[in-house]
Amino acid sequence: MKAPALQTRGLAIGYRRRAKDDITLASGLNLGLRAGELVGLLGPNGVGKSTLLRTLAGINKPLAGRVLLGDQDVALLTPLALARRLSMVLTVAPQPNLMNGYSLVALGRHPHSDWLGRLSAADRKTIAWALNAVDGADLAEKPLAQLSDGQRQKLMIARALAQDAEVMLLDEPTAYLDLPRRVETMQLLKGLARSAQRAILVSTHDLDLALRSCHQLWLMSDLGIKTGAPEDLVLDGAFGDTFDAAGIAFDKRVGSFVLDPPHGPQVSVSGAGDHAIWMRRALERSGYIPSDQAGAIEVAHRANGVGRWHLRINGRASTHTSIQALLNALEGERA
Amino acid sequence: MSQLAGRSVKSVATKAIWIRRAKAQSATARFSPELAGARPLLLLLLLILLGALLLLSLSLGSASIPFDQVASVLLGGEADRLAWTHIVLKFRLPKALTAIFAGMALGVSGLLMQTYFRNPLAEPFVLGVSSGASMGVALVVLTAGGVGGALLAGLGLAGDLLLTAAAGLGATLSMSLVLLVAIRIQSSATLLLLGLMFGYLVSAMVSLLLYFALPERIQAYINWTFGSFSGVTGEQLPVLAMIVLAGLLLSAALSKPLNALLLGEDYARSLGANLKWTRIGIVLATALLVSAVTAFCGPIAFIGIAVPHLCRGLLASADHRLLLPGTCLAGACVALCASIIAELPGNNLVLPLNVVTALMGAPVVMLVILRQVRGKL
Repeated sequence: MKAPALQTRGLAIGYRRRAKDDITLASGLNLGLRAGELVGLLGPNGVGKSTLLRTLAGINKPLAGRVLLGDQDVALLTPLALARRLSMVLTVAPQPNLMNGYSLVALGRHPHSDWLGRLSAADRKTIAWALNAVDGADLAEKPLAQLSDGQRQKLMIARALAQDAEVMLLDEPTAYLDLPRRVETMQLLKGLARSAQRAILVSTHDLDLALRSCHQLWLMSDLGIKTGAPEDLVLDGAFGDTFDAAGIAFDKRVGSFVLDPPHGPQVSVSGAGDHAIWMRRALERSGYIPSDQAGAIEVAHRANGVGRWHLRINGRASTHTSIQALLNALEGERA
Repeated sequence: MSQLAGRSVKSVATKAIWIRRAKAQSATARFSPELAGARPLLLLLLLILLGALLLLSLSLGSASIPFDQVASVLLGGEADRLAWTHIVLKFRLPKALTAIFAGMALGVSGLLMQTYFRNPLAEPFVLGVSSGASMGVALVVLTAGGVGGALLAGLGLAGDLLLTAAAGLGATLSMSLVLLVAIRIQSSATLLLLGLMFGYLVSAMVSLLLYFALPERIQAYINWTFGSFSGVTGEQLPVLAMIVLAGLLLSAALSKPLNALLLGEDYARSLGANLKWTRIGIVLATALLVSAVTAFCGPIAFIGIAVPHLCRGLLASADHRLLLPGTCLAGACVALCASIIAELPGNNLVLPLNVVTALMGAPVVMLVILRQVRGKL
């Protein structure tokens, strides 16, 4: 296995306070980030994800321990040397007016260009590559003021790529994007990690997406950081320990959180395909426990006929045109 | 028939113009896509405008001098009348050059402050440098005893020199204070607030001095606050020019970190900008530019806040490699314009400079900003 591009040795993160005790958010961290890997940083709000990212990036000073880029301490690098090896994307994409997409991405060449920031042919090649990598070549000549949040964030990622740094840290880059854009961004990062051999750490609240796209996860809780492949962390219960709270529970079977774990009567659901799946979800959402065994309450879907949803309860059968109508009838019978 | 032909000829001509324009645009874009949408060639236009305004300002005044005469004096010759040569070289040229240097300094320092504080309302005086200068002047004008008063009243030139020295000393003192703070304080918002508070503090002390001062002294102080380009003599001009040029050179060296700062301080740092040295550089450049201008010309309002907005609107760019020369040229043009208008050509009346800059410039800036907003919607 390759040596990590970025690693921590006994790192403690938090805040220094004048004339008072420091606030330590996590300590004794020994983490490693390897080139070619997309690592997801997950954890509840306030646990210190941003502080960890800022400490890794050398913006915040560690309370103890060291952050190493290769074999060099981040704290000892000049801003310029650091920028050549580590790039960042933050939650909110800034919106400087009167700038177009190309000049935004071109800022990524700052650590490599001369004192005036003039672009060489090689710089322009890198910028074009970065724009293409995020599929944003059509945004190059558009003013930023005309772009959406998602498009601007895409350009910010292209800018970080153009910086040509081995390590990329992203702090909730998809927080303000819609679902398709989030999926797109994570897929993009996953692809870049492999194709461009970058070590990418991305903090996110999108558990499902992180489970599906990250090569590794760092689960951060008050107890510390657990690392491993997403599936391993699910199976050994780390996910549940990190996020479980009143009213929600992590469901290992589907790899996502369920609200208000159902506790009502069992309902037998027959049928297959989408209709059965969504009927189960509707029942769960309403507090019933869907099951495959025959029971006192039965629900079935039939492809033909006007009333497609069949309900049998207390020996009475009825048909309904929609899930909503069936749920209403079920409520009525039970009352 | 002929009508039809005429129309088609016209539409073909229009189309040709559009195609040419589109080609020109895409050619610039292909060469440097970062300039797509920007209008860098307007810099050339501003330079030509500046030249024209310079000629105009040398020609216009209480007595009008023909352009060809001005030109021959400038080229080292003699005007038809000896008085004209004297007027142009001894009075109008120093004044015009003062206006140019002051305009450049105020425009550029306004740009530095607006970018650094990421605040469109920031202006050269937010750091309190001009408050320091006004304090120096107020101390001299308002509290000077019999000797100082006689100096001011009797020896006009020496009085001016005293004012300049007082303002320069006040500005330098407050500039050192702000620099000291800038070295220690990391947050730009904190620096802005401290600068503003410092300004209020000094203004209050000046008000206190005014409250207890004699009415005729107060008038002398108020005259200073009106601002003027005519107090700088040919001997003082090189001092002003040197300080302003030093400030401008420093600003030019900062253009790359200034561009990075457009994304905010966190991003600027992650792009390799050394925030501490950038901050110190910006404060030092602003302090040099503003204290020189305030010492020699008084607190000239409006140019510093308006010219950067004007330039962004005109050049349609946020790139400081365009905006710095742009604010230089536009600042000089605006200052020259104001200086010409304040003289009320053909008349002996002279308006206060600060009145003219605001009256003339505010509507222009409003127009530019409204156009920009409309373009965005």
